[in-house]
This record gives sequence, structure tokens and C-alpha cells, in this order.
Amino acid sequence: MTEGQTKNDFLSEVIAKTAGGETLLTCLQCGTCGGSCPSGPDMDYTPRKLFAMIQADMKEEVLQSNTPWYCVSCYYCMTRCPKDIPITDIMYTLKNMAVEAKYYDSSDAPDFSESFIGYVEKYGRSFELGLATRYHLTHKPLSKFSYGPFALGMLMKNRVSLTPERIENIDQLRAILNKAKSLEVV
Amino acid sequence: MRYGYYPGCSLGSTAAPYDQSTKAIAKPLGLELEEIHDWNCCGATEYFSIQKTAAYALVARNLALAANQGGITQLTAPCSACYLNLRKTDNYMGKYPEINAHTNEALAAGGLSYKPGSLKVRHLLDVVVNDVGLDAIKEKVTSPLKGLRLAPYYGCLLVRPTLGEEVDDPEYPTHLDELLDVVGATVVDFPLKAHCCGGHMTQISADTAYELIRRILQNADEYKADAIVTVCPMCQLNLDAYQSQVNGHFGTSFNLPILYFTQIIGLAFGMKPKELGIGKEIVSASPLLSKIGAEVEEPEARPARRRRDDKSLPMPKI
Amino acid sequence: MTEKVGVYICHCGSNIAGQVDVEGLAKWAKENLDGVVVARDYKFMCSSLGQELIEDDIKNEGLTRVVVGACSPHLHEKTFRRACANAGLNPYLCQMASLREQVSWVTEDKELANTKAKALISGAVHRVQFQKELEAKEVPVNPNTLVVGAGIAGIQASLELADAGYQVYLVEREPSIGGHMAQFDKTFPTLDCAACILTPRMSDVGAHPNINLLSYSEVEEVSGYVGNFDVRLRKRARYINEDDCTGCGICIDKCPKKVIDDVFEAGLGYRKAVYRPFPQAVPKFPVIDTESCIYFERGTCKACEKFCPTGAIDFEQEDTLLDLNVGNIILATGFDLFDVRRIPQYGYGRLANVFTNLEFERLCNAAGPTEGKVVMRDGVTQPKSVAIIHCVGSRDVHYNEYCSAVCCMAALKFGHLVKEKTGAEVYSFYIDLRTNQKGYEEFYNRLLEEGMHFIRGRVAEVTDAARMPGEEGKLIVQAEDTLLGKQRRIPVDMVILMAGLESRADAHDVALKFGISCSMAGWFTERHPKLAPVATMTDGIFIAGTCQGPKDIPATVAQGAAASARVQSMITRGTVEIEPIVATIHEENCSGCRICNDLCPFNAIDFDEEKKVSVINQALCKGCGTCVAACPAQAISGAHFNNDQIFAEIEGLLYDAVSGNGAKAAEPAKESVPA
Repeated sequence: MTEGQTKNDFLSEVIAKTAGGETLLTCLQCGTCGGSCPSGPDMDYTPRKLFAMIQADMKEEVLQSNTPWYCVSCYYCMTRCPKDIPITDIMYTLKNMAVEAKYYDSSDAPDFSESFIGYVEKYGRSFELGLATRYHLTHKPLSKFSYGPFALGMLMKNRVSLTPERIENIDQLRAILNKAKSLEVV
Repeated sequence: MRYGYYPGCSLGSTAAPYDQSTKAIAKPLGLELEEIHDWNCCGATEYFSIQKTAAYALVARNLALAANQGGITQLTAPCSACYLNLRKTDNYMGKYPEINAHTNEALAAGGLSYKPGSLKVRHLLDVVVNDVGLDAIKEKVTSPLKGLRLAPYYGCLLVRPTLGEEVDDPEYPTHLDELLDVVGATVVDFPLKAHCCGGHMTQISADTAYELIRRILQNADEYKADAIVTVCPMCQLNLDAYQSQVNGHFGTSFNLPILYFTQIIGLAFGMKPKELGIGKEIVSASPLLSKIGAEVEEPEARPARRRRDDKSLPMPKI
Repeated sequence: MTEKVGVYICHCGSNIAGQVDVEGLAKWAKENLDGVVVARDYKFMCSSLGQELIEDDIKNEGLTRVVVGACSPHLHEKTFRRACANAGLNPYLCQMASLREQVSWVTEDKELANTKAKALISGAVHRVQFQKELEAKEVPVNPNTLVVGAGIAGIQASLELADAGYQVYLVEREPSIGGHMAQFDKTFPTLDCAACILTPRMSDVGAHPNINLLSYSEVEEVSGYVGNFDVRLRKRARYINEDDCTGCGICIDKCPKKVIDDVFEAGLGYRKAVYRPFPQAVPKFPVIDTESCIYFERGTCKACEKFCPTGAIDFEQEDTLLDLNVGNIILATGFDLFDVRRIPQYGYGRLANVFTNLEFERLCNAAGPTEGKVVMRDGVTQPKSVAIIHCVGSRDVHYNEYCSAVCCMAALKFGHLVKEKTGAEVYSFYIDLRTNQKGYEEFYNRLLEEGMHFIRGRVAEVTDAARMPGEEGKLIVQAEDTLLGKQRRIPVDMVILMAGLESRADAHDVALKFGISCSMAGWFTERHPKLAPVATMTDGIFIAGTCQGPKDIPATVAQGAAASARVQSMITRGTVEIEPIVATIHEENCSGCRICNDLCPFNAIDFDEEKKVSVINQALCKGCGTCVAACPAQAISGAHFNNDQIFAEIEGLLYDAVSGNGAKAAEPAKESVPA
């Protein structure tokens, strides 16, 4: 918690919602994160640049960028950061904030995650066939023909469950998740 | 040795061979793997993207169930993503009081609770290499995998982030290399062995993911690997099932079978491929199997003394 | 009590007066505290006028005790004691109350601050009336000096002391003096050849009549106190008789055993089992390395003995122990390099053409393994492109948090040398460029003009896994070019890692041996970072050079000279004052239990075997009071901190609990305790 250390509300919010996030204030802008990121070249802004933007209170640009959604959670940045900034965790925070601000309403990445957790909340386990079908049919279905051989291969090798599996105590899980959603992110 | 076993969602479907081979080798290795009753999905990287508090609670339900399952203190997961989620949740609950408070408050709504530190969360590879031990494994090898050039592929989440407790080096891990050596294979130590396979990017941005997958396949191929050995269902899926997509996208012609380390151990223990789920991989491992026991070219012996006109500088010791 | 106490409350500008009602406090002291005859407040007590207030009152009012409520005694205790002494009052009859560091600077609430200020003044007034006159002792200072470490810092200090006419014992662990500077090629920013400026100093040391050079030796034990240290040294056996050896070097030529030289050549070159670290070594005598020598391994060979024209080889030679007595010690033990193997993603040890900064110095050095040619690991090929990676192991919480001070300049220097020797393209990967001393910024500009490329981005990894055209067969340096905001991959032939500076591996042990402190990172602790950088908290022991922290050669030489100046001032004075605040053991009460012996942090307590009592060496004693408190027979008293004084202070502090809001001095404790 920064407690009045900065007038930058956006920065304060990011720090408050990320465990260990106050280290973001000590960022040297060295670029190790941007240099290590496997998907860095495909991001609108490198992670380092994103942090400079957060420090400059550029909330809209940050939350509308594709950077957090291109994070592959490889944790190279977090392992190598010389200031021990929990970068990957900050990316998750930014994703949370972008979803809440509805900046990525109709784009691909958050939809994939939301579809995924839809099944988890329904059955307690993930259901790949359902996920793939729902997601791909609602996102550029025509471009997905190239997945044909892949899908066929998986089906033939019996590596796809055709029906979802449900856990016994799904009510317990739902109660837990609902309670959690009512609590703030820390 | 008794462990709580958390298979994770993919081991029931896309990674069924991993589950099968794990259970097949558990007995000879002396591992008692007790599945956690009514475990739920760990959320992979998806739940954290939407709402963190719920994501921790989702994982914590599994920790709570495991901790209360008849004296279990060690929880092992074969999937790197599940492993990280379980370990990270336990670690963060212990390190950050607010996360602990919120997570337990959520668990209480389901009549559960979990005290951080009650379980030691271990990846299956860690359990095999460190608890069973390489010597014990070597003794049980009946069909050493001579003739096979195997590239150990660690992926990311097994070794990173360290969270203050390093099981293997996060940049240059060696546990899997050592295991493959002990089962008699030729270990292909390739530079990208701990680089990212792209994870779920195959669904978000295929271009990005295919490039990451291609790099790994290419590097292993350059180092003349016969197969890549993985420790994670996501990595296996990406490298195996998407190999033809990658070939199509880049015009390459990779044909590298991708197997789980448990399948490799099983083969070295003389088990039948079918028992280990071999045959379910998209890029067939049959050519690989026929290579076992083939003659290996001995590397040229290095001369004992430096030649007089050798001007090269000595390499540093590692 | 019949003492006449003067109380002086300092405003310290607004430092104290801003929180504490200084006028009111002085008035309150005069009206409420017994014994106070004069109470004043003043803007700056430490000023000459402030001191004169005290001196005048002592003379005119006949004060017998003085209390000054001001800053911390660390700063001005000496000042006020001196003022008392000038006016004829024993300096130990003065007591300070820290109204700044202990009250105004740390208490936010004004009311609480004032209450605490009153308590501290009351405590001091009560206490001071029980204080006794003490006389400082003087001990003689032995004019000999021990200098540990013969790198450029130790050499500078030794030469200055020796030129002043004093005897110096210069101890060096390696077979030759010279330290790290002897390994370098050129030095920044002047591009002077390191050996050219160092070796004349080394010869001076070797030839100086006042310098006793003890090379290939180490200090084993140190005891004693300022002015009077006893040092035991181990002079290691060279297995070569120095009286007979002419330094001809035939033994080295004939020795059949070649090994990698891990020390001087940084692992890039070879030496023999009998060797001199480098050609200009001082002293000139070689050394036999028993770990590599064939004779010591299996009893055969002895080629050196066979060919030595003067029969100087002596395989039976043994280490000798030397006992010395010196007045002062200067530690100039230098630094070690950060171990770059801790950062595997930079490829050192796996990728052939990744070198450390020290290895690169050896490559450039004309007396090095490649005779000064900048070539790749094959020893032959010149690189066409070189990447220099800054901050390896520095500015990183996982390794060392600090900046190593010299690497940016050294990197620029390497850039220049590479261009000069090979014409290759040079890329510097940096976070910040630290070029802050005389001539340094100009040096940076010179490199810009020479066409060196600067990419602002800390390197993520060095790899040989080619991905794009042009990368085959090269080392690829991957970093984000932060000024462009883009990830870049630069293929190069050679990579130089600017490894940071660390303290010596045994720094903590050395600090313990000499009784000084060092930081967690192992840098020796200076007495004050700004005002006393070469002194330590242990009187008589000084530090100089990189053992105190990373620094360049000019700063190192300056510190070597500074340390020698400090020592010279001690020697010239001839004696040193020992504070009389020490403990005394009353023989008649001592039962000889010896509990105090091991408790003393300064090893100041010995045991008299004849009388069977413990005895305190008052020159070593620092008056910490540990033994006083521990003695079960209460046989030890601590001067200036005896029971009367302490209890009086406590009662003074509790003024409002003991006797309501007034603060009558309580009666002294009735128990009889030895003073």
C-alpha cells in the first residue's frame, strides 16, 4: 500500500491490487522485461514502456493496449527484474482492470478467458471441446478452417473429451467463488 | 512415499497419456499417489486474468481439500501450470496477509479453510528426481534407451517464478537432463530448453504462438534431437498437436515426436508403449521406438595434451 | 548536594526550538531542579559565543557541573568538554542531553516532546552531580606501521609513510605486489598504460630502505590497541632461498608442468608450477606452487633444482612466523570480481566467446596470453563486432544492489581499445552511463565521436540460437532498446561482461581479525562516510582503496595518501589519548570466576594466573559496561557509569512520577556499592 505516496490514482490502484506492487515505484526502466519477453515484439508497448505509461497516469492507453493480453506468463521478466517487481502479476492486475473497465468487450483475449471460466464455474472442471467450439465459432469462424487437421487429429487420438465432467460439490465451489468475487482484489 | 495427487483437467483428456504413464510408473518408483477427492480446475492462466481474488479461492479449495485428506502433507501435480497455481497460492497466502484473509473468507463460504504452509506443493518431476532419486531409478532401468537422442524441454512454469525457493535453476535447469542421462539416453542440451512454448496464445494470437513453437522445434532439430521430452500438458499439446500447423505456416517439415518424461521412464523400465499411452501423440513416436538399442557413435576422444601450435584460450570452468 | 550546575539549552536554529519550548525549558530547569544555579537558552551552543557562555559562567558563577541540552554527543561532546577544560573545569564534569536526535527530530507531538525534553534535562542534571573528575591517559605510539595489501592503495600509503622517514611493514598475500592494477592494460580516462605508471612505484617500494616488504605472506593474528599493536605474520615458503636467488628465471623455463593461471591471467593463460605472476614482479623471486608441482605430487622431476645456477631451490623450506609490533595498521586489501556464472543467461562458460572484463584486460595487455591481440577464444580470429554488457551483477537485488562505480568508464575504455586494435563495431548495452569525474564525460564524448554504438537497454540474454538471417554462427545479444521501445537482437562475435566489484571472499574474516566492522556486502566500514572515509571505529586501524567500497584509481590513490596522512599525524604527535571511560576490577572482590573474560567484545580482559584474578587492559577497554553488569560479585566498576550516576539519572528521568510535577532531586541510593 502506498498511502499517499503518489497523486497518481491509476498508479496507486495498480499497486494496491498487486501483492508486492509497491516495488513498481523503484523501476529503473532498464528494459530487461521488454528484452526478455517472448511476445514483446507483438505487443503495442513493451512491458517496460507500459510501466512508464502507468507512472505517467496514462490509464486509458494502458488498459486499451494489447500488452497484458499478449503476456504468456513465462515469468522471465519477473525472474530477471533487478528490482524484483512482480511484473507478471501486474499484467494480471491490468487484465482485471481492463475487463472491469470493459475496454476489451468484443476483442479476442478476454473472451477466451471468460469462456474458459464459464465452464469452470458450471462444471468445476474445464471443458476444452465446449470452450474451443464456443470461442472459435464466435471469433472469426471462417479463419478457423485451418484448425481442421488439428481438431481431427485430436479427435482421432481420443484426446478430446466429448462431454464435460462435473465435480460433486459444485455448489460448494460456486459459494466460494461468489464470495470471493464480492471481495476486493489485493 | 505417499502424496496427494492433483492431476488437473487436461490429464483427463488432451494429456491422458501423461496420466496413464504416471500411474504406470508410480508402483515401480514406490510412489503412492492418492488423487484429491473432488478436486476442481486450477484456473490455468485464465481465471487470474479476470478476477484475482476468485482465482486464488478457486485454487485454494484444492489446497483445503488436500490438506484435510487423511494426513496428506505433500501435494504433487504433473502439470506445470497446476503446479505453479497451487504453489503460488500457498506461497502468496503465506506471504501476504490480505490475500490470506480474503482467500480464507471465500473458503469459509464453502465451509473450508486452509492454513498456508500446511502442504508442500511439488511438481511430479521434482518428486521423481529428488525423492525417488536418480540412483534408485538407474537401478530399475532394464532397457536403457541407448541410441535415443532426447532433448529435455522444461517449459516455463516448472522453473519460474522461483518465489524464493529454487528447486532447479530458473534459467538453466538440469534435473530433467540428469534424469534422461540416467535412463541411458543421449541428452541433447539445447539452448531453448527453458523457453516459452506460447501457452494459450495458440487461441489468442496464432502467429505469436506458432513462432514460439517453431523456435523450440527448430532448435531441438538443429541439435539433432530424435524427440523432445516434456513435463507439461500444455507444452506437449503445443509442440505436438500444433506441429503440423507450424509446418504449414512456415513451410518447415518438422517431424519430432513429443513425449512425457513419465513415458520415457516407463520405456526404460521395459514397459510396453501402449501401457504408457504412447500412440496417442499426433506426431508419431513409432520411428523413435525402433531406434532404441541402436548403435551409438562414440564421440572422438579428445587429445590429452594441447598441441604445440594450439593458440586457443582455455574455457572457464563451470 | 553542594554542586553548582549550569544548564544550557540550545535552539539549534529551529531544529530543537521548532518543537521544544527552549526558553521555558531553561526557566523550568532553574526553578525546579536542585543544584541548578544558572540556566540559559541560546541559538547555537556549539558556536564560539555559545561556548564562551559556558566558560564565562564557570569562571564567574563558580560552576562545578555543566549540562548542555543540544544535539547528539557524537557531534559536540568534545566541543563542550573542551570548553569546560578551557575554563578550568574537568571535562568529565560535563553532561549532554540529546534534545535533537532524541526529542525534536523524533517526536511529532509538541506536548510529548516538551515532557521528554524535561525528563532528559532532569536526568542529566541529577546524573552530573554524581560525576567525578577523570583524567585521560596517554599511551605512546609505535612509529612503525603495518600496511596490509600491496595494490596501488597499499603502495601509495607505504611510499608516503616511508618517504616521511617511518618504518613500514608491507604485507601482501600474492607472490608479487601490484594488485589488480597490474593486470590492467590501459587506464581511463587518460589511457595511460597501467603497468607504466604502476611499475615505477613498485620498484620504489622494492628498493625503499624504510619499507619491509613481506610478500607471499598473510597476517594470522592481531592483538593490542592503538599505538601498540602486536601482529603475527605467516611468511609462506616459496621453496626458493631469497638470499641465493638472482631472479634469472631458468627454473621457470625448465619446469615441465604447465597449468592454467587462474589468478593473474584470470584463467586465460598458462603458467608453470614454479612461476612469477608477471615479468615485472616485485620481488623478483619466483614461487613453487605445491599443488601443481610434480615433485610435491609424486617426488620426481626436480628440474628447477637441477638447473638453478645458484642452488637456490629448497624443497625443505618451511613457513616462518614473524611477530611485529606496530603503532597503526592500514588495510588496503582490495576487491574481488562478481562471479558471472551466477547469471547463466549471459552464457559465460557455455558460449565460447563470452568474456569477463578482467579476462578482456588480459587480452588487451601486451604481456598477456595473446600478447595484446584482441582475438576470440580460438586465439587467432579477430572479432568484427563486440558487445559490451554493463551492470553484470550490479544494481540488482538478486546479486548486488549497489553500482560498482568503475564499469561504465571501463566499458568505454574497452570500446576504444577494441576499435583501435581491430576496427570492429562496438555496442554498449547500458542502463545509465556513469561518467562523473574529471575528464570522464569528455571521454564518453570521444567514444561517441569514434563511432561506438550505445543501446540503452539491460541485456536480457546472450544466445547462439539463431532465428533470423545474419545470426548464424554469431552470439546474439537480446535487449529492449528502451529509447526506441523495441526489442532488438544484435549479432556479434564477442561479448564482454562488465562484472561488478565485490568485497574479497574473506573480507568478513579479515574484519573480525582486525576488530573492525564491515557491511553485509563485506565492505569495510568507515568511521563516517563523508568526514572520515579512511578511519574506522577502531582507533589505529585505517582503510584505503576498494576494500572500503568500489572506486576508481584516482580515488584509491587519494585514500591511500589520506590513510598515510592520518597515521603520520599519530606518529608525529607521539602519543595518543585514551578515554578514561573504562572499567576497573577490584581485586579484593574478584573471585576469579572469569565470566567477564569471554564476555568482553574487545578482548580487553586477561586473567592473572598468579593472583587468580581477572585484570582489565584499560587501553583496550572501551567502557561498554558488559563486564560491569555481568560480574556476579559486583567486583567491577565502570568509570563515568557507576551505579550512583545511573540511578540518579533514572530518578531524574522519572521526575514527574517520583515527586509530582516538581523535580526535587531524590536521595542517592542507600546501598553501598563500590564507586
